[in-house]
Amino acid sequence: MSEHPPGHDDHPETISRNARVGLWLFGVYLLLYGGFMALNAFFPQRMAAAPFGGVNLAVLYGFLLIVAAFALALLYMFLVRHALGGNGNRNNESDQAGGR
Amino acid sequence: MGEFSWLTFGIFAAFVGFVLGISFYLGAKAKSASGYFAAHGQVGWFVNGVAFAGDYLSAASFLGICGMIAFFGYDGFLYSIGFLAGWVVALFVIAEPIKRLGKYTFADALDSKFNSRGIKLAAAISTLLVSLFYLIPQMVGAGALIRPLMGIDHEYAHAIGVLIVGVVVILIVVTAGMVSTTWVQFIKGSLLVAFCLVLTVLILRRGLEARPQPAAKADPGQVPIASITRLPDGRPVTGPMGPLKYISTLQRSDIVLTSKTGATQQTTGNTMLVPGGSPTFKGVRSERFFDKLDFLSLMIALFCGTASLPHILIRYYTVKDSTAARKSTVVGIASIGFFYILTLFLGLGAMTTLPPTTDSNMAAPLLALRVGGEFLFAVISAIAFTTVLGTVSGLIMAASGAVAHDLMTNYLRMDLTDHGKVRAGKVAAVVVGALAMLLGVVFEKFNAGFLVGWAFNVAASANLPALVMLLFWRRTTKQGITAAIVVGLLSSLAWLALTGPAYQNVYGLNPTDAPMPFSQPALVTIPLGFAVLVAVSLVTQPRREPVPAAFEAVVPPRPQP
Repeated sequence: MSEHPPGHDDHPETISRNARVGLWLFGVYLLLYGGFMALNAFFPQRMAAAPFGGVNLAVLYGFLLIVAAFALALLYMFLVRHALGGNGNRNNESDQAGGR
Repeated sequence: MGEFSWLTFGIFAAFVGFVLGISFYLGAKAKSASGYFAAHGQVGWFVNGVAFAGDYLSAASFLGICGMIAFFGYDGFLYSIGFLAGWVVALFVIAEPIKRLGKYTFADALDSKFNSRGIKLAAAISTLLVSLFYLIPQMVGAGALIRPLMGIDHEYAHAIGVLIVGVVVILIVVTAGMVSTTWVQFIKGSLLVAFCLVLTVLILRRGLEARPQPAAKADPGQVPIASITRLPDGRPVTGPMGPLKYISTLQRSDIVLTSKTGATQQTTGNTMLVPGGSPTFKGVRSERFFDKLDFLSLMIALFCGTASLPHILIRYYTVKDSTAARKSTVVGIASIGFFYILTLFLGLGAMTTLPPTTDSNMAAPLLALRVGGEFLFAVISAIAFTTVLGTVSGLIMAASGAVAHDLMTNYLRMDLTDHGKVRAGKVAAVVVGALAMLLGVVFEKFNAGFLVGWAFNVAASANLPALVMLLFWRRTTKQGITAAIVVGLLSSLAWLALTGPAYQNVYGLNPTDAPMPFSQPALVTIPLGFAVLVAVSLVTQPRREPVPAAFEAVVPPRPQP
């Protein structure tokens, strides 16, 4: 029996759901990162092509990986908030702590 | 840069004085073990997120990557990508569980299910060795910085730099532990990102300039590393440009590279902006399969290493709960990702501005001198020094916690009072700091970025299999975790000791005689850690072991027949 109420960030159901969401997003990023590694290692000549804006694939893919990490992090925050009922979380002290 | 500048020295002294002032002020508020090792768990998530950036953006990130891009082009940016990608593992896999399960150190989390002395000892030794490995390049970076910063240019300049950083860091750590360390990281992280943005704006406003250059031989002290001989539209200068325009213009330019000996080589910007130009990553252009494995292995180590670094993991104990841990990681990713994008422009700016005689570790500060004048140089140099200061503080805190909390209190079961534990941590910080200073002097000739890559290999091999399997495989046993840490640690260290770079730089032997086919062990030693954990856990299964509620939430129960 959990000491935390349902919906709380430390309630077992919430922990399990967050872990599943995190693993899915991790899988998405792993595919992106794996694709980058494979392209560099086995098709390095492809990285010189400039598919967009005159900037080559090596630079674009690098920027994409950095931006994607942040975008997926925000998506994770959104999905977790959504799962908790849209009010962020019930640990309001954490929100207050951020402003200290 | 052999001349002493009062402006440079004044700004540096003001930085260090400010940081020490904060330490002494906050020191009065952190008397208990909880305050010393985990800042009472009361650091706000935003401050902690920026402090993550302060912890993580070490001398290797700031100085090493800029220098590597300046001399080898895109390959330095591969480090930026790998270092940032590692935070995805931290956020999605490690952050929240490690916060829930631990107290002061990551050994607490590993051992939270089992109460095993074997795990405590293995995790403490792993923390100590990884922290020391990571401390070496930071100290080497400190030594390199002191020369232009203080205007010292003699044979002991490196040792003086190491000594100054060591003494100041020990003062910071001993006065207030994690509280002041966190604020040092916060200040340093904020200033680093802000001033690198200023420097990038100056580079983009200046644009690119074409200049004729003799094709055969050049004076390496007078020409840039990469001289643009022809811009895409044939104009002599571009004027101010946006970020993507800057890269696409450089990409389509003809350039001449000049080496330190003055030898020149005609090439194009696009060749410099694809992987494989540096000795570290040249394998991607090779036909040999093992050469490519070296590149793949390093990228895996960078990806897996972040979430295994003890000084990063302990930062999760400075916030209140797992929600704050999650939020601070997102802030960290935003700060660190933004900084790593800037590194590409800083490096390319240095490449087209600084001469090939430049010390690669000094590319970023000297670029500031060229494009922003002495004031910006002084500020960037002081920030770089504080960068080393901040990272070293975090590492010494992690090592101090491993000795006082994991080894003395938990493994040796010494009956320490709360005050005694804090005092033991401070003594450990002094000893580890002194050891780091010694290693920083001994390893003066080593490349900082290369050593950091190795530290990521060791951290990922020793810690990641144990962390991941503890969280996601319910049949994991204490023997499995202990074995995975020991095997991961020893195998990665042994592999590194038998590689070509170690043969060449450590033993002075022929690198081709080295038995290991590639120099980055992560590709082999991380899977080995997982395999050992699974095998040992399967043969040491208890007859019946209840799973605590906290784990049942992460690891779903097996369906009953």
